[in-house]
Amino acid sequence: MHLPISDKIELNILHQNSHQAEKNKVKFNNYNLLCLNIMSSPGAGKTRLLEMTLEDLSKEFQSAVLEGDMTTNLDAARLEKLNIPVVPITTGRACHLDANMVSGGLKLLEKKINPDILDILLVENVGNLVCPAEFEIGEHFKVALLSITEGEDKPLKYPIMFREADLILITKVDLLPHLNFDINELKSNIASTNPKADIIEISSITKSGFDLWQKWISKKILKFKK
Amino acid sequence: MEEWAEKKNKEKIVVEKINLKIGEFTCVEPISLINTFNAAVLGSWLDSSEITIETIPFEGKCSKCNRSYFPKKENGYKSPCCNFNLEEIISGRELKIASIDFKEK
Repeated sequence: MHLPISDKIELNILHQNSHQAEKNKVKFNNYNLLCLNIMSSPGAGKTRLLEMTLEDLSKEFQSAVLEGDMTTNLDAARLEKLNIPVVPITTGRACHLDANMVSGGLKLLEKKINPDILDILLVENVGNLVCPAEFEIGEHFKVALLSITEGEDKPLKYPIMFREADLILITKVDLLPHLNFDINELKSNIASTNPKADIIEISSITKSGFDLWQKWISKKILKFKK
Repeated sequence: MEEWAEKKNKEKIVVEKINLKIGEFTCVEPISLINTFNAAVLGSWLDSSEITIETIPFEGKCSKCNRSYFPKKENGYKSPCCNFNLEEIISGRELKIASIDFKEK
């Protein structure tokens, strides 16, 4: 045996994922298609948000959804009722979507529809506040949801998710009068890890905040298409 | 690793250590990574290799006075000097294979 050799590599452990994410992004760009990665804990309201968003968004823009789910197609079935292209991605035991899965989802979407006609692709990630934050999928923006029933401290407990997000939607705010919840403390906790994030408070019951959320999306699509 | 090994001619080398740099501000728990690695390489060409992890501290820069500091959850990640929110991260997001130690057979 020879003496040990040390080979300097300095390679990102997730470089294969990052590389595939870059390829996905090139594809999205070629299709002139804005991609949002929607993330949250389970039950924060991602699917309900998409149902309500797509109802209005479809009047102005052509949309499609990649629907990440660990074991079922239940969420995809809900969204298919809106008559938009939906591709379910069942991750099995994996707790997040990665760039390869999204690439596969995009290929299935291409079989359903020519993505050239689309304006926006909404990717609903698996409900989880940890791993999805580390795995790029080629998205242009990350949107994180946080429902007020989860507590004010979540941005401190899961800082990377809220640090990475471009927009944070505080959901279920219609419950504020019924809970001992300090929304200013939550906003302060968000600001402490990500002072640059946009924040919108929304409720799928009262529809409050949906106008701001729709405006945020429209602005991003129009800016992207310029 | 496979790509790297093919370039080195996998049959003619023995990997001793895979040296990682993992930032404190990542979603990776070092002990879980080591356990997973040990389980994953059992019976493979990497069976006799081990992982070493250099933890890279989570360091931010105060956007008011430009001083570097170590953000703490207990303090809401704010700078201790000016009590400013965390804007710039200097280090702590690393997830890298820094180097590989190997011997030629």
